[in-house]
Order: sequence, then C-alpha cells, then structure tokens
Amino acid sequence: MKTFSGSVLFLDRSDINTDEIIPAKYLTEITKEALKPFLLEDLFLDGFSTSDLLNKAIIVTRENFGCGSSREHAPWALEVNEINVVVAESFARIFRQNMYNCGMFAIELPKETIDYLFRNYANKKVTISINVDNSAILIESDQASEKIAFKIGEFDKTLVKEGGWVGYADKNY
Amino acid sequence: MGKTIAEKIFDAHRVDEPFPDAHVLRLDRVFCHEITTPIAITDLIERGMDRVFDPTKIKAVIDHVTPAKDSKTAEQEKILRDWSRRHGIKDFFDVGRNGVCHAIFPEKGFVRPGFTIIMGDSHTCTHGAFGAFAAGTGTTDLEVGILKGVCAFHFPKTIKMIITGELKPGVYAKDLILFIIKELTVNGATNMVIEFTGPVVDAMSMESRMTLCNMAIEAGGTCGICYPDMTTVDYLWDHIKDEFSSKEDALSEYSKWVSDFDAEYEQIYEFDISDLEPMVTFGYKPDQVKTVAEMHGTKVDQIYIGSCTNGRIEDLRIAASILKDKKISVAVRAIVSPASPDVYGKALKEGIIEIFHEAGFCVTNPTCGACLGMSNGVLADGEVCAATTNRNFNGRMGKGGTVHLMSPATAAATAIAGTITNSNLFKASIGEKK
Ligand code: SF4
Repeated sequence: MKTFSGSVLFLDRSDINTDEIIPAKYLTEITKEALKPFLLEDLFLDGFSTSDLLNKAIIVTRENFGCGSSREHAPWALEVNEINVVVAESFARIFRQNMYNCGMFAIELPKETIDYLFRNYANKKVTISINVDNSAILIESDQASEKIAFKIGEFDKTLVKEGGWVGYADKNY
Repeated sequence: MGKTIAEKIFDAHRVDEPFPDAHVLRLDRVFCHEITTPIAITDLIERGMDRVFDPTKIKAVIDHVTPAKDSKTAEQEKILRDWSRRHGIKDFFDVGRNGVCHAIFPEKGFVRPGFTIIMGDSHTCTHGAFGAFAAGTGTTDLEVGILKGVCAFHFPKTIKMIITGELKPGVYAKDLILFIIKELTVNGATNMVIEFTGPVVDAMSMESRMTLCNMAIEAGGTCGICYPDMTTVDYLWDHIKDEFSSKEDALSEYSKWVSDFDAEYEQIYEFDISDLEPMVTFGYKPDQVKTVAEMHGTKVDQIYIGSCTNGRIEDLRIAASILKDKKISVAVRAIVSPASPDVYGKALKEGIIEIFHEAGFCVTNPTCGACLGMSNGVLADGEVCAATTNRNFNGRMGKGGTVHLMSPATAAATAIAGTITNSNLFKASIGEKK
C-alpha cells in the first residue's frame, strides 16, 4: 500500500495540463523511474521551480488538473516522486481515472474549500494525511490542525485499497 | 424518458455494475499505438499475463514517431511489433503502411456505429463521428482492455449541440469546433459526451465530423458523437457491403444508434453559425480563441498541416486549392504530413503533393510528426507555429514554442503571407489584382 501523507506543495493555477506535468519528449522512456527528474518541468507558474518538489508528498491545486493527453506517465511521474495524492477543485476525466487505476488519490473539494486551503496554508509548512476509511483529510501546520471531509465513490475507494484496476479486473472479469 | 445514444451504447455493452455509477463495458475495439501500449505490454509480461482478449478486435499502429528516430523509439516500436506478431494481431500497421491512428483506423473500416472503443490516446473521441462511444484512456485501462476486453466508466452526461445556419465560404469544421471550445471552455464538457447535431453537421463529410469530434477532449469531453446517417454508410460501404443487402438496409440498422427525441441532456446549445468567421487560438489553452481577422498579421516561423484533426484528404485538398501556383513566404518554413497512406496516395494521384512541393512545403510520410514535438518539426525556444493540430499547450511542439491552432485553409494562407492571414481575404486580394 502506498503512503498518503506528507508535506504539501501548493500550485496556484487552473488547467495544468499533462504536457506540463511530463513533456511528450519523455514518453519514449519505458520505465516509470526514468520519468523522475522531469516532473512538472514545463509548468507555467511564476515563482515555481522544480526544486519546490523536494520532499513533497501531496499537491493542492485549482481546477481541471491533468487536462490534455491521456498519458499515464503523468500519474507515474508523480508516483516515482512519491506524490500519491493530488487535491484539486476538479480533474480532467482521464487523469483522474488514471490516478485511481494506479491506486492513487485524486481528491476533489469544493471551490470554497480549495480557496480556504490556499488562503490559510499556502505559504506555511503544511502536512496532509488521508484517511481512506473515514474519507477525510487531516491538515496540520505549526499553528493549527483540522479535518476536512471529502467525497469518494465506492469504486474509486476499492481501487485504492486493491492497489489499482489491473488486479481488480483480473479477479473479477 | 428517452435515452441518449451514449446511454443506449452503455446499455448494450454493460457487463457489470459493481458499484453505483461504475459501469464495466464490453469493448468492441481496443486501438494501440507505440507510445502508450509498449509499457502496458511490458507490465502484462511482468505480471505473467501476456495475453490478449481477442486479436481480431485489437488494432495497432506505429504513428507518433515513425520511422523510429533513435534507439528508444525503435525499442518501443519493436515491443509493439513483436507483441502483435506473438498474439496474431493481423491489423498491425508498420512503417510504410502506417498513419495517424485516428485517421487510419476509420479508413480501414474498424469503427462502426454503436461500437465501444478505447485507446491509450486522448483523441480517441474522434471515432464518435461514426456514432460510437470512443474514449481515450491511460495505460492501465488499456492494459485491462487488452487482457479482458472491458473498461469501466462513470456514466457520462450528454451536452447536445444543435448547429444551424450555413458555414460561409472559407469557414470549416475546425473553425466551428474552435468556436464551440471557446463557448464551453477547457473543462466545460468534463465527464460528458458532446453530441454534434443539426443541419450543419448533417451536411458535413465524415472527415469534417471527425474534426469536430476530435477536439471534444479539448473541452474536457469524454467523447464527441455524431448520429450515423447515409454519409456514415457511404464512408463505410466498402467494409460493410457483405453484411447488408443495400445501403438503406445498413442505414436502418445503424439508425438505432441515435438519441431519442425525449432524451435527457445536461445542457442543450443551439448556435446559428451563419456569421461564423475563421477562428484561431492565441495563448496556451485551446479555449483562447479569436477570429483570424483579430489575429491578422501575427508573425509565425513554421506552418504545420497534418494530424488527427486536419491531416485527411479533404484538408489537403482545401489547403492545396489555396497554395496552387503560389510559393510560401521566405520568412517561414512549412511542413505537411498526410495523415495516412491512403491520404498520401490520393494526394499523389490528384497532384496535391506536387502543389505542396512546388509551394515550398516539406512533405513528410504519414505521422503525428510535429503535432506533439516528439519527432520532426520541433520548434526552438520563442518560435511560433501555425498548425492544423488540436493543442496549443506551452511546450507542445518544443520547449518555449507557441502554437496557433487553425483550419487548413488559414494555415495555407498563413504560409503564403508569412503571418496569420484569412484565406478569404487572401483569395480576394489575389482576385482583385488580376
Ligand atoms: S496527431 Fe497529434 S493529437 Fe493526434 S494522435 Fe498524433 S500526437 Fe496525438
């Protein structure tokens, strides 16, 4: 089972596409591990540098994260950097499905909650941990700690628990 | 309450509903290319599951980087080639017989109304032009598709587009879809199917319908769908004539794959597009769209005509009609990639390749080529490309490059002028001089 807790990287932009998460020129790699140094290499975001990814385990971002190409290299590039959770206002369908198919979390929270997280935590040292069974995220900084509930379908939850879709499908179909 | 075409296809293919809103569908087709499939194959081998559910329903092509450009791409191609041979996948299109997946698979008659199709490629939505449910997936879904012939989906809601009026001369399906994406925004159709209907769509060729459906994903859509009609039957006829006694027969069979009049929609839009102008993108998102007139004179460095959006014969014919007896500007370079061997062959016979060649275009083999900056036609930092492709993301055609999406007509006019130019204005000014 993967770990679903750790330090948070806030990416204050909507529509971050899969070409930005992992550029097409790296799609010739045939191992996931090879993608590691290139995560978010082409991200358009003032003030962002790939060194910000160091020791981060969770991304919190805005709308429509992972739009564009179907490349599962995007979740894999996150996975090999030990980022197994993205929290956003919304996701592109294929990216979201790819995350759960890999046994990772793509958690959607309402706009107000995302706004609140950015307002209160974006410039602080923050950790988040996900409780799968209670469908809750625990967010902690030096000063505060709070629980935020999220919605997740039974199917997605099962995929995370079973470690992905291949194992589940092989057992059931 | 009636049903949408997507609901009907789901009902006809559902094999399981293990959880609320998790629909496991039986697949009629699993399409594969050399970028996203090899890693699925390798993983299946590692899991000791190197099997395929049905070699006749799996189709594979090398298209993104072809011929191989280096050892890594050669290795990807080899994995796909060896796997196709090992499992008796007869419809595998190797170098020389290959073309862009979403152009070659429909041409070969692999897509039928009412089908379910997945591929590890987001523009799989293109095949909805035939009245199919076709969706891009990641490699894991592809892997399960290959192994078990099933895929799970949440139930997609449907947006209906009713397109009325008449497209002006010089305005094409590409301009229409850019306009629609601007209206919907880049996630306006997320988790939804977009039905393209109305007299304008009814009058369109299959090529134009594929252009519309191709870019459904650019609004976040799961699939674009057009209703099958006689145009669909005509396009498929060579491949289906043994199954039906007449075209009318085929049409009556396929006509079950349309939405009921009282189907429920998430949203219905009606656009009269009689005043629609040629459109072009600016910026780095496909919903950043202006008229070509507003962008007139924008400098470009490269022109690219091709891709699964606009590399079909109709597109090349339109571009050639503008390029005939003209030369491209010395300030630019231009590339055309016919999307399939069939397109290339027709373009050769019709003298279209000669027109491109005489105009100063680089004519490549059928490939995705410059579309995703992986093989040829990569931009340098700060360069600008006028392209008939579908994505203008930053870095898409090369780090630091900018892409303006447009129709083949606008791209051809832009190649001649060296700056973004309306094909009508261009034609008109040429006419006036005479
Ligand atoms: S032409 Fe471009 S968008 Fe189409 S399949 Fe190839 S790379 Fe993807």
